[in-house]
Amino acid sequence: MFLLPSAVILSVFVLYPIVQSLWMSLHDWSMFQAAHEFVGLANYAELLDDPRFWNALTNTIVFTVVTVPLQVVIGLLLAVALSRARWWAVFLRSVYFFPVISSFATMAIVWRFLLSADVGPTAAWLRDAGFTPLDALHSPTLALPAVILVGLWKNVGFTMVILVAALQDVPESLNEAAVLDGASPWQRFIHVTIPSLRHALLFTTVIAVIASLQVFDQVYVMTRGGPLFHTETLVTYMYEQGFREYRSGYAAAIAWVLFLLIMLVSIVQLRLFRYRDVE
Amino acid sequence: MSSSSLPLYLAAERGSLYRGLTTVSAILVVGLAAFIAFPFVWMLLTSLRTQQEIFSNPGNLIPATFNLDAYVRIWSELPFARLFLNSVVFAGGATFISLFFDSLAAFALARLEFPGKTIAFYLVLATLMVPYQITLIPVFQTVFDLHWLDTYQGLIVPRATSAFGIFLLRQFFVTVPRDLDAAARIDGASEFRIYRSIMLPLARPALATLAVFHFMYNWNDFLWPLVITSSTEMRTLPAGLTLFSGQFVIEHAVLMAGATISLAPLAISFLFAQRFFVQGIATTGIK
Repeated sequence: MFLLPSAVILSVFVLYPIVQSLWMSLHDWSMFQAAHEFVGLANYAELLDDPRFWNALTNTIVFTVVTVPLQVVIGLLLAVALSRARWWAVFLRSVYFFPVISSFATMAIVWRFLLSADVGPTAAWLRDAGFTPLDALHSPTLALPAVILVGLWKNVGFTMVILVAALQDVPESLNEAAVLDGASPWQRFIHVTIPSLRHALLFTTVIAVIASLQVFDQVYVMTRGGPLFHTETLVTYMYEQGFREYRSGYAAAIAWVLFLLIMLVSIVQLRLFRYRDVE
Repeated sequence: MSSSSLPLYLAAERGSLYRGLTTVSAILVVGLAAFIAFPFVWMLLTSLRTQQEIFSNPGNLIPATFNLDAYVRIWSELPFARLFLNSVVFAGGATFISLFFDSLAAFALARLEFPGKTIAFYLVLATLMVPYQITLIPVFQTVFDLHWLDTYQGLIVPRATSAFGIFLLRQFFVTVPRDLDAAARIDGASEFRIYRSIMLPLARPALATLAVFHFMYNWNDFLWPLVITSSTEMRTLPAGLTLFSGQFVIEHAVLMAGATISLAPLAISFLFAQRFFVQGIATTGIK
């Protein structure tokens, strides 16, 4: 009885759709048609031959490979710098955390404005300094870096907050003992801080990877995957196929590739960190 | 932990090199914070400028004259009141219903005995691992089949419970001493009474964290309302503003005013209840 409302909702809108999405990916399934032809693995075979899919996959992986290390390293440095309970550290932590709670789509509108070549302030400053404005969002080479920068702007505070919490659990006695042994601040950072944060670092890394593989909001708002698909990612491509072309089966196949990618990366990461634990 | 002064054992280290490094890192940390804050500052200041000034002097940070014109015009130039109402109904409704259903299910999983309880718990855990993009397309189909596209129920019902919320509250309920409800049971209290009068009041901090999280998550969500709604009358703030931002009819100051207003409820709550935001986000990892 108590379980009923949640059980019904989770079954209808989460559990059943997982199975249905796999089922759809095996059909030539069009959103508004009554009959759907079973095609086996044809959708997946089509993906292998689809240059737009490979492009989206590559962009997603580049986005992830650049974003995650930067996010974790910057987040870690910020956490170490701001882990104290002084008022300025608390204030700066709030500043860094603020983008995390804001709507990414709405702030992506602001960012598109900031980077705009005609009315944007960054372009105006470049012009004043004697340079040509970059027009990053319409540049094949700069659009993806711009999207990455905005992603870091949004999420670096998340990593920082998790690591600050973990740092506060590191026993003071560890640092004290290291100082007595003559360890420099750098040595303490490498040999005391990093090992004590191992689990928190794993957690934030896995979360950052998963979130990066699912990147959508800022891409959709800032570039729509453009210019010429240079920022198209797996989820924006899935959206295009599923909700513009109404090719549900094909979009479901993309979603399953994304899911497998996420599972694979998570398992590899958990393994890697566990082995290091044993050493 | 010492906060106002450095621990004694570190005092010896305060040489000139250390000071120099500290100064450099302080400049970096403050500079980066300025970069983080800049889009918000820019949004706010631009909302106070005139369209003329935005075009003639785009690099100017401080407005020549502060005017609240955009905050007046947004209500007439966009169906902004409607977008705002939709966001309140969607995020508020989903939060409220989800807290109720999550806590009921969590209570059952923590306290009641019934066949299949372990399986139910594992199913909840399993759904936690599935990103919602996977289920988005079949869920859209289901909402379409129910004729719920572009309606409040289509937006809210699939979000009316969350595996994460059930899990969080179940973990909390399990820590409540059994003596409390055993005593109530001996006094003849019903299970619902125990849930209502013992568990819920005790779980207030966990419920607050979850409420903040649900509200923020749904208020900010973009892809879900983008997919489920299609008419201007049913869009929420992030999806609606994004669509309008692509049009030339809307002025930049008005758009920035809209962005500022849509950010305001969370920003104000954040000022007063930062703790719950940090807890909610830190425990889920979902943004």
